[in-house]
Amino acid sequence: MLRFPKIRALSKPISGPAMSEVELASRPAAGPSARPLLRVDGLQGWYGESHVLHGVSFEVGEGEVVTLLGRNGAGKTTTLKAVMGILSRRSGSVTYDGRETIKLPSRLIAQMGIAYCPEERAIFSSLSVEENLMLPPQVRPGGLTVEQIFELFPNLKERLSSQGTKLSGGEQQMLAIGRILRTGAKLLLLDEPTEGLAPVIVQQIGRTIARLKDEGFTIVLVEQNFHFAALVADRHYVVEQGRVIDTIPNRELDANIDKLHAYLGV
Amino acid sequence: MFELLGIPPQVLFGQLLLGLINGSFYAVLSLGLAVIFGLLNIINFTHGAQYMLGAFGAWMLLNYLGVGYWWAVFIVPPIVGVTGIVLERVMIRRLYHLDHLYGLLLTFGLALIIVGFFRQFFGVSGLPYPPPPLLTGGYNLGFMYLPNSRAWVIVASLIVCLATWFIIEKTRLGAYLRAATENPTMVGAFGINVPLLVTLTYGFGVALAGFAGVLAAPIYAVNPNMGADLIIVVFAVVVIGGMGSILGSILTGFGLGLIEGLTRVFYPEGSAVVIFVIMALVLLVKPAGLFGRSV
Ligand SMILES: Nc1ncnc2c1ncn2[C@@H]1O[C@H](COP(=O)(O)OP(=O)(O)OP(=O)(O)O)[C@@H](O)[C@H]1O
Ligand SMILES: [Mg+2]
Repeated sequence: MLRFPKIRALSKPISGPAMSEVELASRPAAGPSARPLLRVDGLQGWYGESHVLHGVSFEVGEGEVVTLLGRNGAGKTTTLKAVMGILSRRSGSVTYDGRETIKLPSRLIAQMGIAYCPEERAIFSSLSVEENLMLPPQVRPGGLTVEQIFELFPNLKERLSSQGTKLSGGEQQMLAIGRILRTGAKLLLLDEPTEGLAPVIVQQIGRTIARLKDEGFTIVLVEQNFHFAALVADRHYVVEQGRVIDTIPNRELDANIDKLHAYLGV
Repeated sequence: MFELLGIPPQVLFGQLLLGLINGSFYAVLSLGLAVIFGLLNIINFTHGAQYMLGAFGAWMLLNYLGVGYWWAVFIVPPIVGVTGIVLERVMIRRLYHLDHLYGLLLTFGLALIIVGFFRQFFGVSGLPYPPPPLLTGGYNLGFMYLPNSRAWVIVASLIVCLATWFIIEKTRLGAYLRAATENPTMVGAFGINVPLLVTLTYGFGVALAGFAGVLAAPIYAVNPNMGADLIIVVFAVVVIGGMGSILGSILTGFGLGLIEGLTRVFYPEGSAVVIFVIMALVLLVKPAGLFGRSV
């Protein structure tokens, strides 16, 4: 099992005073009881005629990190797309901060404070790294500053004038995550941010996610690698054939490991 | 006076200048087409009609309202652009989910209607547009005579082309546009209003056509058919430069104008077809165009 080294203390806290170890330890374990920021209920989704999501339901409390686990083709990416509003046909209910979004176009969903980092990263080749980073407009106050993003991903700072797609895979992933941290979005939808990356980069992404959680971001993380997921998540939802078929709190992960292996077919 | 290959320099430079003028129109018009195609994926066959609208707009301002050329340069392109915005909102928008071919058919049909309408009311003999006093004189450069009207067309086109290039390549709005050209869904998911961006882009491309029309008014006769004749060549220019490339359209436009001018000097019979010959060659060697990204 991989472990992340302890999160390096930054010279400057990202927002407000950094939490002390004691505070961190005494913080109640976030669970479904935390105020739900995102509630997905009976979400159905289609690609053209093909019905892919058959009633996905899950909840994410404010400040939580939850993962969607599942085999290839289970519908994890489709779920994130449906939440973001970029699936052309969807029904059911997705509420964010108490407001129903199922009928809204993605532009308005983004403006409510949800941001999406797609599996394919979607770095723009006709834009420089800097332009990619600065592309998403600020939708809410309270996003990270560019300096803070460079603290998380120092590589980006060196490559600002390069063409976006000339970055390495890992750097492109950093850019894809970094650019949505500026916008003030509170809920981040991250689709397999570690896919195909070297272990050292995976660790860096893991530290970053843990950092973002400490900063109060709420995160829905799609992962194939649940060893990675276990290090950052509060709770895991198992997706199969377009439904959530099980919920496993992270602290009960060890007890459920065989079941999980069976779900994921590993 | 020296001679080049038996060609008097007056003739050579005269034709090169003419080539540059044509090139200016090619550049501005193909730039508009390229901008529109990049984001909308529609080959805007109405472009020639919209160029004609620009020329008629200037003519109407002068003859109906007494508003002169220099005002027309600033007033007419936005007005023509707004007519484009209306077209996009009311009709073109409905076709985005269909094959590109439908957009082509719609804009082609619209062009026929617009041109037919102007033919009905203004005939086809052409209406004169007197050049403003500032543009009547000229300079003797020694090796050739440079009429002001021509110099102005080249300078104005260059300025507009470079300004467009700057907006698209160097500004935040341009970054939105480039990004939306690549991946509109993702840009929308960032909270950017892509449908509005599309409408404005179409309006801008059409305004460029209108601008070229205003420039053309004092040089060519104002005629309902003026766009139809020119636009065929401009499509060839776009194909040569590569659809969707901004700098490519500008360079190819001016370059082909010059080549056409040179052909007129050395092989006049070929000047009408040289651009199409180049197009055929480029398509054989580089199907995406000289500056195009292959798709
Ligand atoms: N663009 C599309 N058009 C049609 N069907 C699609 C499309 N994208 C995905 N699907 C189908 O929808 C189902 C769910 O796909 P989805 O991408 O959500 O899976 P996933 O859980 O993210 O898988 P992976 O772990 O491989 O990324 C699959 O059966 C897939 O074949
Ligand atoms: Mg996926």
